[in-house]
Amino acid sequence: MSKLGTLGARLHRGEVGYDFVGKRFIWYGVSVLITVLAIVGLAVRGLNMGIEFQGGAVFTTPETKISASQAETYAEDAAGHDAIVQELGSGGLRIQVSGVDTAKSDQIKEQLAQDLKVDAEKINADLVGPSWGDQIANKAWQGLGIFLVLVVIYLAIAFEWRMALAAFVALIHDITITVGIYALVGFEVTPGTVIGLLTILGYSLYDTVVVFDSLKEQTKDLTKQTRWTYSEIANRSINGTLVRSINTTVVALLPVAGLLFIGGGVLGAGMLNDISLSLFVGLAAGAYSSIFIATPLVADLKEREPKMKALKKRVLAKRAQSAGQDQDGTDPAEAGDEPYGDEPEDATPAVVGPRHQPASRTRGRGRPSGKRR
Amino acid sequence: MARPSARPPGAGRPEREYEKVAAPKKGRSASAQSRPGRALALILIALVALTGGMFLSGHTTPRLGIDLAGGTSITLTAVSEPGQANAINKTNMDTAVEIMERRVNGLGVSEAEVQTQGRENIIVNIPKGTNSAQAREQVGTTAKLYFRPVVATEVSGTDATASPSASPSAGSSGSASPSASPSADESAADEEKASSSSSGSATPSASATSQGRAITDGLKADATPSGSASASTEASPSASASTSADTGSDAATADLQAAYTKLDCTKADQRSEAGKGVKPEDSTLACGQNAQGQWQKYILGPAEVDGTDVDKAQAVFDTQSAAGWKVTMDFTSGGAKKFADITGKLAQNQSPQNQFAIVLDGDVVSDPYVNQSITGGNAEISGSFTQEEAQGLSNMLSYGALPLTFKESSVTTVTAALGGEQLHAGLIAGAIGLALVVIYLLVYYRGLSLIAIASLLVSAALTYTIMSLLGPAIGFALNLPAVCGAIVAIGITADSFIVYFERVRDEIREGRSLRPAVERAWPRARRTILVSDFVSFLAAAVLFIVTVGKVQGFAFTLGLTTLLDVVVVFLFTKPLLTLLARTKFFGGGHKWSGLDPKRLGARPPLRRTRRPAVPVDPKEA
Repeated sequence: MSKLGTLGARLHRGEVGYDFVGKRFIWYGVSVLITVLAIVGLAVRGLNMGIEFQGGAVFTTPETKISASQAETYAEDAAGHDAIVQELGSGGLRIQVSGVDTAKSDQIKEQLAQDLKVDAEKINADLVGPSWGDQIANKAWQGLGIFLVLVVIYLAIAFEWRMALAAFVALIHDITITVGIYALVGFEVTPGTVIGLLTILGYSLYDTVVVFDSLKEQTKDLTKQTRWTYSEIANRSINGTLVRSINTTVVALLPVAGLLFIGGGVLGAGMLNDISLSLFVGLAAGAYSSIFIATPLVADLKEREPKMKALKKRVLAKRAQSAGQDQDGTDPAEAGDEPYGDEPEDATPAVVGPRHQPASRTRGRGRPSGKRR
Repeated sequence: MARPSARPPGAGRPEREYEKVAAPKKGRSASAQSRPGRALALILIALVALTGGMFLSGHTTPRLGIDLAGGTSITLTAVSEPGQANAINKTNMDTAVEIMERRVNGLGVSEAEVQTQGRENIIVNIPKGTNSAQAREQVGTTAKLYFRPVVATEVSGTDATASPSASPSAGSSGSASPSASPSADESAADEEKASSSSSGSATPSASATSQGRAITDGLKADATPSGSASASTEASPSASASTSADTGSDAATADLQAAYTKLDCTKADQRSEAGKGVKPEDSTLACGQNAQGQWQKYILGPAEVDGTDVDKAQAVFDTQSAAGWKVTMDFTSGGAKKFADITGKLAQNQSPQNQFAIVLDGDVVSDPYVNQSITGGNAEISGSFTQEEAQGLSNMLSYGALPLTFKESSVTTVTAALGGEQLHAGLIAGAIGLALVVIYLLVYYRGLSLIAIASLLVSAALTYTIMSLLGPAIGFALNLPAVCGAIVAIGITADSFIVYFERVRDEIREGRSLRPAVERAWPRARRTILVSDFVSFLAAAVLFIVTVGKVQGFAFTLGLTTLLDVVVVFLFTKPLLTLLARTKFFGGGHKWSGLDPKRLGARPPLRRTRRPAVPVDPKEA
């Protein structure tokens, strides 16, 4: 722990850190790859929509001695449609029949109760008309749309449009990845999944907002100094909030893991499992995107601003100057600074566009010292 | 990697600038700093008040949803009839809910709840232990509203017949109370009457004989018995039975009479059986409650006007004649003609045959009498209605005209066993999640985590009490998604503490001692917490408003817990930390406090020490 605490301190001072912004193209690449995979998965395999979206019936029986395959035959006979039967942890069965209406499913229930020799009163039934699923899905999309618009407006006001845009991209990224994983693995999509997915919205943004908040704070008087470019400050912000981001994600994932364990292990299948599964995937994607995608994207957008371009020019000019002094041997300590020695000469003139700076520069630069106060 | 021992000149500048910016905020937080006890007292009072309220109201547990308690939940989606696209609106849906509630609870289900959800859905929740199949049948069919002429009526039940005034005996007065109220006299006549809106006459026209009225044969046969009943002070059924035999009426009428004699409307099962499956064009038996709350039984003639003939009905307060609340009805053009016909016929009858019964789903909801033919397509029912009664009646009348049908969108039946199991699993999952978070916080934040855990507990207590109180207050029911929301919220709540603690630690790392660190960290942490909680709340609010079904329960819990998170952080965590920063354990930076400057790698401030800065953990450098 003490090491983690110290790591936190050093991250805070910028002594250690990962150059998230500098290496952003690697991570953009990774994300694009995952996103493409997700979209291909979605296009090729499609989503495995649950009964709730197609219309049909789900019956959950108490413990029976009848095997799943036997029950499947019974269910198909009774319904005249395909049935999917799963065994539950409790010893009961979960029987899904798609494409039946609510009236028909009552008969199926009676029939099943006879076949499986259980009391009809003890069978849990979830009967869904075909349009209900559409309604849930439509409302969810509608909610998603409204939320996105509102949140982009809010972020644009609270922060600025670049951050809003970056947060938006990160959010879309999270949702695409989560949906893609569902398509690729073939998990069933239920209202529970939708709930989980919609929660990710809030959570993913929540994480991003914390990083942005720190970024906004640190870049307040950015143009008045000539030590750092926007990208470098952005990188410091990420590193500074890294401990918090990790803690947040862990703390958020722990209860969800508890849900997943109980939902999957004890109940077999159902609402708890569905919600926690999509949350789990989405939270992980959300933590990733707020660090690797959202903030570097903001830095990218910001660096395109004329003000920031000018700043960068000044910063680099100054650095070149001091680097020159260093090489004159005026400051042995500075000369020993490896990143400083690495300063490429050709980087000094106005460099437009992304700069591939060595990661270690920021570390040396960001160190505060006792002299400050 | 080699790192310079001397720092680049001026590296600390941004921090300094930043402190300048943060400085004004410090002033704002000063008040909170000086009175941490007040905030703590406030939240403790709130907690005690909520807990007290919870015990006083007797709702010590949150109301459980169908999926946790067991029962049947039916979702009905409104479908508007062709050409009536605007039919799905709030007024119509509310009317439909009221009617359905009546029907379901008419089955003897006391706890069933019916509510609208979204724009076009109605949720009917029927707790376990009731006949869900019957309930489904009830809500699934469209309500039927008919206007039927009254053939005979009397108060049903044993004590009613014992009372002499209970029989519809007041034939001589001609103003027999439509509801056969014990006082069958002039005042009763005023109680409920239908009249054309222009007519204020209270004198019934009892001129024509009931015989020869061409309403129906069945009616004709029964017309006499009622007359003889009025002569008799006995209850009418026996008399009417004998006279119907005299007139040689057909067997069906005799059966009806016999059934009528036996019918006891005070018994719920008999009530629901009465008139079951009767076609509108046949005579029937029915029950209804009169103004005194007594059950009254009826023989009713064939339906003359049905609900769809009513264009609109509304409750209005009669300011002109000071008659109080009344219900006005507008008929469609076809309905107006039919209504004029029937009232024309009824007006010539003697009581009780000058009454017509408004029958909803086989129950008589009102039985006004008529004193003249009502033409012109509008009518009013006046009597000593309360506002509620008038509105209830107008709703029922409107319902017949609702251009809506409902179809079952989903039916979920959960046995009590599974419900209990799911509740249990949810609680275990919550406990595991909470325990994991607590362990993580303990390991990472040590002493500081005690504050976090205390805050989590306060938050949990607030959530629990508020949920318990919201059950009776707004019908909130804890369902499985809501439990999930609460569990997920553990993370969001704990995160607020993490944001704050990390800020405090950052301040300590910059060389401040704990007390100023706690205060300086607060404005920054506060802003972050507010901004991020706002986003979270926005998500919950949008979901709650837009979505339907299970998503809503989840969104509600998430929104509630997010709000509570802000309350707890502001009123509990921060003041508590301020207070504890004054203690030696935390303020002194004990190594188990989680705020040990050494462990956090803080550099001692220069102004305090003359000795060289301690290198940070050289092993790792």
